[in-house]
Amino acid sequence: MREFSFDAVVVGGGAAGMAAALALDSRGRTVALVDREAGLGGILLQCIHNGFGLIEFDEELSGPEFAERIEEGVRKSRIEAFCAATVIDLEAAGEEKTLVCVSSSLGILRLKCRVVVLAMGCRERNRGNIRIPGTRPAGVFTAGLAQRLVNIEGYLPGRDIVIIGSGDIGLIMARRMSWVGCEVHAVVEILPYPSGLTRNIVQCLHDFDIPLYLSHLTTRIYGRDRVEGVEVTPLENGALVPAKAFEIPCDTVLLSVGLVPENELSKKAGIDINPATNGPAVDSTMMTNLGGVFACGNVLHVHDLVDFVVEESRRAGGYAADWLDGQRPKAEARVKIGANVRYVSPGRVDLARENKIYLRSLVVKNDATLEVRLDKALVRSIRKNHVQPSEMISLELKPGELGAGSSRAEPVVEISIR
Amino acid sequence: MSPSREGIEGRFDVAVIGAGVSGACIARRLSAYELRVALIEKEEDVSFGVSKANSGIVHGGFHHNKKYLKARLEVQGGMMFDRLKAELDFPFVRCGIVVAAMHDDELRGIGQLYSQGVENGAIGIEMCSRERLLELEPRLSPDCVGGLYAPGGGIIEPYRFVFSLVESARKNGVVLFTGWKLVSAAREELAWRLRSSDGRIVEASYVVNAAGLHADDVSRAFGAEDFRIQGRKGEYYLLDRLTKAKPDRVVFPVPSASSKGMLVIPTVEGTVLLGPTATSTDDKEDFATSRVELETILRSAKNLVPAISESDVITSFAGIRSVLGEDFYIDVSGKAPALIQVAGIQSPGLTASPAIGEYVKDLLKKAGLRLVEKADWDPFVDKVPRAKDLTPFELDEFVKADPAFGNIVCRCERVTEAEIVAAIRRGHTTLDGIKYFTRAQMGRCQGGFCTYRILKIIMRETGMAWDEITKRGEGSRVLGGEL
Repeated sequence: MREFSFDAVVVGGGAAGMAAALALDSRGRTVALVDREAGLGGILLQCIHNGFGLIEFDEELSGPEFAERIEEGVRKSRIEAFCAATVIDLEAAGEEKTLVCVSSSLGILRLKCRVVVLAMGCRERNRGNIRIPGTRPAGVFTAGLAQRLVNIEGYLPGRDIVIIGSGDIGLIMARRMSWVGCEVHAVVEILPYPSGLTRNIVQCLHDFDIPLYLSHLTTRIYGRDRVEGVEVTPLENGALVPAKAFEIPCDTVLLSVGLVPENELSKKAGIDINPATNGPAVDSTMMTNLGGVFACGNVLHVHDLVDFVVEESRRAGGYAADWLDGQRPKAEARVKIGANVRYVSPGRVDLARENKIYLRSLVVKNDATLEVRLDKALVRSIRKNHVQPSEMISLELKPGELGAGSSRAEPVVEISIR
Repeated sequence: MSPSREGIEGRFDVAVIGAGVSGACIARRLSAYELRVALIEKEEDVSFGVSKANSGIVHGGFHHNKKYLKARLEVQGGMMFDRLKAELDFPFVRCGIVVAAMHDDELRGIGQLYSQGVENGAIGIEMCSRERLLELEPRLSPDCVGGLYAPGGGIIEPYRFVFSLVESARKNGVVLFTGWKLVSAAREELAWRLRSSDGRIVEASYVVNAAGLHADDVSRAFGAEDFRIQGRKGEYYLLDRLTKAKPDRVVFPVPSASSKGMLVIPTVEGTVLLGPTATSTDDKEDFATSRVELETILRSAKNLVPAISESDVITSFAGIRSVLGEDFYIDVSGKAPALIQVAGIQSPGLTASPAIGEYVKDLLKKAGLRLVEKADWDPFVDKVPRAKDLTPFELDEFVKADPAFGNIVCRCERVTEAEIVAAIRRGHTTLDGIKYFTRAQMGRCQGGFCTYRILKIIMRETGMAWDEITKRGEGSRVLGGEL
């Protein structure tokens, strides 16, 4: 059993982990970066479509290109990457933390450190999570698994496809499957509006004449050995209308029904989870309830764009370096979730410095107003042409904007959408 | 299971039709004697029928009246599991069973179960006050009023049990035929001549019909008793191992006339199983779940254990019980010579199965089969180390010996490449077979992350092409094409 010591260990070598590790490295800290795959880059490597990097690099890149840009920085740094190594345990109760990893080449590895940054990303929700009844034949895949099979392994999951859920991966896969000669018969979405980005609806469905059934629920998957089709039932005024149910024959079902932060390691280590995000509950520096353990990227909350993941993770790495330097938040306020807001991340802000926060709307709305209140007094009001649940909203709060601060012992910043 | 495909025509003393838990227990029991035994299965792998989708529990011996054969075999079989576990290395824990009464009327049912348990000879069974019951199972609803505790009940991985039984049987000379679907049986001189749908022939002096849901068709093929197996479907929900609703013991409601009711089961592997429902079906291939039934399960289970949450659900599935009247039908056929019928093995069939093996061995003897014990019978199978049960120190040693133990293929259930390879080398070459042997694809992501890795390992280990890999045999091809 081998043991190494670092100032910081970052779990997960995708965009988030690499960005956080680079930030720590730039502050002169020794950093280990652990990933279970054979190389760095995470899920970006199978996202061979364009659309990444518009904010971060001011150009449109594919997933592998985006990953390569960041990985180049990692290669030039002193970051030590442990690939093909899976973290199986995090012992983080005290000042000194230990990550237990397993790898084919090194056996069991113990990485000691003072700071841990969690950047494990997220996983796809599956059929069981949304409880689609019916048979259990071959031919039901999550969209991400199908993407892996097509883009990396070189296999098709099937020929005649129905996509359940209009999440971005599903939309991207609708286009991808059309390109490789498969027939995509429908995208079925339970909500009255799409779950994915508008640009993906246009580029991936409209351009290929793929029907999108909004307010429709997949009520059954049928087929004995291999999928033979799905039964789809419309929803009217929130209720199923079985009389209007219809079947769509297909041999493959791809599920794009949401992503969940992968926090099994965090939960086992005793980290509190925020039920609104399924990610760790964190303070204004993205530190969890365990001192010195930070979280960023999709393991914290599911982002829409990798550019935001990188921005957030770079800051998280910086905050982790601050923590190693002995800095602590000065004047934290709790963030209260107001009207029409699904969640706000992080759940605390520091009134004494600039804060960047991400939030998601519960509603689709034009001409919306984002309101920020400090102890009930309106301190800021921002106009938004359009808000929708699938697009993350970012908000910068500068110290001056939060007024002279709060006189209360436990100040509250409330954010709502009107 | 491809290796057995080599099994060509052969002449056997006994052919056991059906490699579910009954057939596997019978074949393994017979493997202790100087006999040539064939075990015949129509599916691609063993335990792919009734035995794969059930509650996975060893019952407590109180649900059935002693007048039934199944009550006797349940108690007898239940007591055999500790020894079998030592020999066969399958996951089994005697965690105990509680039956919870939720109102005073139900307490009468509890009294009835207690008396039956005592009459059947169930060891350690006791009546519980509300306080005692909540102490035994703190996750029960505070609304419970009292109940029953059967410490002998337990939890088991049914497919692993069957896999181990078959492995042990094969190690002791039993020949396994898979993908072998019976189409006809003819009595020629002193032997049965069995023909499969693909023209393979097996000859045997004695035949055991342990064909589960299809025992009626098999009986007809032999010109034996004309009975009809009624399918009764049971649907289940599986909850993530991180659920807060995992009880320490198997939780039963007070049973109704037709069913033992819907249970909350802490599976031996750490997840939680809810179900089963009970609906009659005439289609023995209909394993579909339905929205209505699944909602019923959640409602009923939450009544017993309120902490159950929809958000913990990772999958649902259905199994079909083979029902033939009130009792098991295990007997020498009165119509066809040298045929033993093992039919209607519904609950508590899994619990009773080791005793069924004994019972059928005795019936064969009664029917004239000569039993001479083998001097060199070996009851043990080789243990397969499982990474999730090892300490880091132990795992480190295994990685040194075989680097494949350092490659975690399934993150949810912590299954290594070495375990996948072990499954394949034992003949489990379908995705489902590998799932049942290793638990890879069985956790919260349901194969989202590991399926492509497993496909690659199957191709590497077996040389199968992409279009030969199936989920569970013919017709269930996994991939749709190559780029």
